[in-house]
Amino acid sequence: MYFDSLQSLLTMDGHGVYVWTAYLVTIAVIAATLLAPRYRRKRLLRQLAAELKRAKGVPGAARTREQY
Amino acid sequence: MWSFFHKLGSPPWLYAISCVILRWLLPVTLIALAVGMVWGLLFTSPDFRQGNSYRIIYIHVPAAVVALAGYYLMALAGAINLIWRMKMADVAMKAAAPVGAAFTFIALFTGAIWGKPTWGTWWVWDARITSMLILLFLYLGVVALYEAFENKEAAGKACAVLSLVGMVNIPIIYKSVDWWYSLHQPASIKFTGDSTIDSSMLYPLLLMIASFYALFACCLLLNMRVELLQREARTQWVKKLVSEAGTH
Repeated sequence: MYFDSLQSLLTMDGHGVYVWTAYLVTIAVIAATLLAPRYRRKRLLRQLAAELKRAKGVPGAARTREQY
Repeated sequence: MWSFFHKLGSPPWLYAISCVILRWLLPVTLIALAVGMVWGLLFTSPDFRQGNSYRIIYIHVPAAVVALAGYYLMALAGAINLIWRMKMADVAMKAAAPVGAAFTFIALFTGAIWGKPTWGTWWVWDARITSMLILLFLYLGVVALYEAFENKEAAGKACAVLSLVGMVNIPIIYKSVDWWYSLHQPASIKFTGDSTIDSSMLYPLLLMIASFYALFACCLLLNMRVELLQREARTQWVKKLVSEAGTH
């Protein structure tokens, strides 16, 4: 390990602010890019499930009548 | 060979296989990214001229490299969609655009931060940086153009044409540091001839480049899966999937 203390790791001889900002923003952007499709997929699946339920609940689909 | 292409055009097969791929590729990618970042931040010595600020190289260069490679992929998918009307190519193109935009943003943002302690300025309108900014706008342009069309088939064609026209920007980005001598330094890693970077710095950088490629693949597949579900919402396999997900 290059740095001998936590202090020197954080400050990096005055460059710490730049390096850490760059890394934190990168991690945040990566996390957002990974989580966004997950969120969209879950929302879509919920929406499709609701549509499917409604379609099944239509009168005429005799089996599901007792749901009313 | 042909049966593989046939399968590649099948949405349920692609949906299932991408799930299997992501199950191991995603954890491996995240571990590799973490290892690469810790390696670059803690276990390399500082650059003799730039000091510790050079550590930004481990995210800046991989992001930029993959942003360019992603553009090739997007334009290629667009061309395949235009020529052979392959629907999956259209799905891939639409999925690639936001991921490419995110990577280009990372490259520009970390570059700006790196510029401050090294060049004394956040931003210069030099050829490399300006052409990367154009790349970001091309990616965002594809995203926006997709949303602008009501007819998704027409949207796919328009985006394919836009991404193909945007290909002129790619050689400009590559060659900009050689054609216009400015603040941005030329490439340190070369396929031919000796790289001008010490091997203790080269190995973590190569690991990070590989990780970013894998990360792009993961994000691409994740986006493609959502897009597949959306487009195939009226088909039997999606209905079956939805009802099975509801019972568990």
